[in-house]
Amino acid sequence: MLELSDRNVAALRRVLEQPDSNGRYHPVREIARGGMGVVWEADDRELGRRVALKILPFGAASADWLCREARVLAGLEHPGIVPVHDAGLLADGRAFYAMKLVQGNRLDQAVAGLTRNQRLRIFQRICEPVEFAHSRGIIHRDLKPENVMVGEFGEVLVMDWGVAKLSSGGPETGIIGTPQYMAPEQAAGANDTVDQRSDVYGLGGILQFLLADQPSSRPLQAICKKAMAQDPRERYATAAAMSADVGKFLEGEPVSAYRENPFEVAWRWMARHRTLVLLFLGYVVMRALVLYFLGR
Amino acid sequence: MNKPTIGLLLGAGLGVLDGCTAFFYPDTKGMMTGIIIGSTFKGLVAGLLIGFFARKVHNMAAGIAFGVLLSGLFALGVAMMQGNHYAAIIVPGSVVGLIVGFATQKYPHATA
Repeated sequence: MLELSDRNVAALRRVLEQPDSNGRYHPVREIARGGMGVVWEADDRELGRRVALKILPFGAASADWLCREARVLAGLEHPGIVPVHDAGLLADGRAFYAMKLVQGNRLDQAVAGLTRNQRLRIFQRICEPVEFAHSRGIIHRDLKPENVMVGEFGEVLVMDWGVAKLSSGGPETGIIGTPQYMAPEQAAGANDTVDQRSDVYGLGGILQFLLADQPSSRPLQAICKKAMAQDPRERYATAAAMSADVGKFLEGEPVSAYRENPFEVAWRWMARHRTLVLLFLGYVVMRALVLYFLGR
Repeated sequence: MNKPTIGLLLGAGLGVLDGCTAFFYPDTKGMMTGIIIGSTFKGLVAGLLIGFFARKVHNMAAGIAFGVLLSGLFALGVAMMQGNHYAAIIVPGSVVGLIVGFATQKYPHATA
């Protein structure tokens, strides 16, 4: 019996998993691979454009997840959610859907070199599509930096809605999400109790990731802590409320998650009105100089 | 708070501060109350006028220039009445105008 080396087996698997190129979409290169599917960059021959194809891997138990994700995405028309162009079956029988090809980087790769405020503005833009999805009764359930793309024009897109929970429900068992960013109720497998506050927990994890290598700030730490509270009732009720608190921090206003002492209030006021404070200090110095030189 | 009110309060506050510095001049002893009241009133009126200007003209450079000019003129008037300490009165007075001019242009923030 002929034995194949691991390298040969891997090469054969790559050839086998390459999408059929006889149809509308011609595969160019593999972009990403996950448990729910493989994403390929492909040429759309009909419309002459590049798209991203998400294809069910060989041996996957069911195409339901992929079809479900395509339907969820199709129902969420928002600038922060990647649009679906097409869905169906490839010539080799595998389910797929075609979506807009986002040129850019994943959040965890895109934030290097960005200032804290730039990161916070990106964070606010992550909250927008999440809040929109919540308003449509959809909970993402797997929010993490790897599922956020920052496009080359600065657009921020929330990806990977394959495990989203729909208000219409459906039979669901097991633990869904990524351990590091998963709310306690998700980790406990209590999928019935998962709601938008579970996504707020994930957003808290993303914010914590964005601030990990930044100078520490008590108000921001408090925002993370509130978003990632063990008890969902203690978290922000909505993604919008969390985004608003981050916005207040950016504007130099007090955040709801943190109670400042008088010194911090004064310091924040001076930081917010820096020019006025400097002018006043300039006035005092000028006064002292006038007294010293002209008042003698 | 609107621009004239900001100008009025800031002008009055800085006017009091301005007047209090007369404590450092021994020859003003006995006139302190008059100096402080006069300085406060001067700052108050100048601040109010700078605030009204800021309401009409939304331009930082113009606001500051107007503040410096107006406060400088007011200070010149006071210095002429007193007959001495010209620089010690006009320079700080003009700087007060600069601060009030800046503040009334910048605050309150425009709302969308």
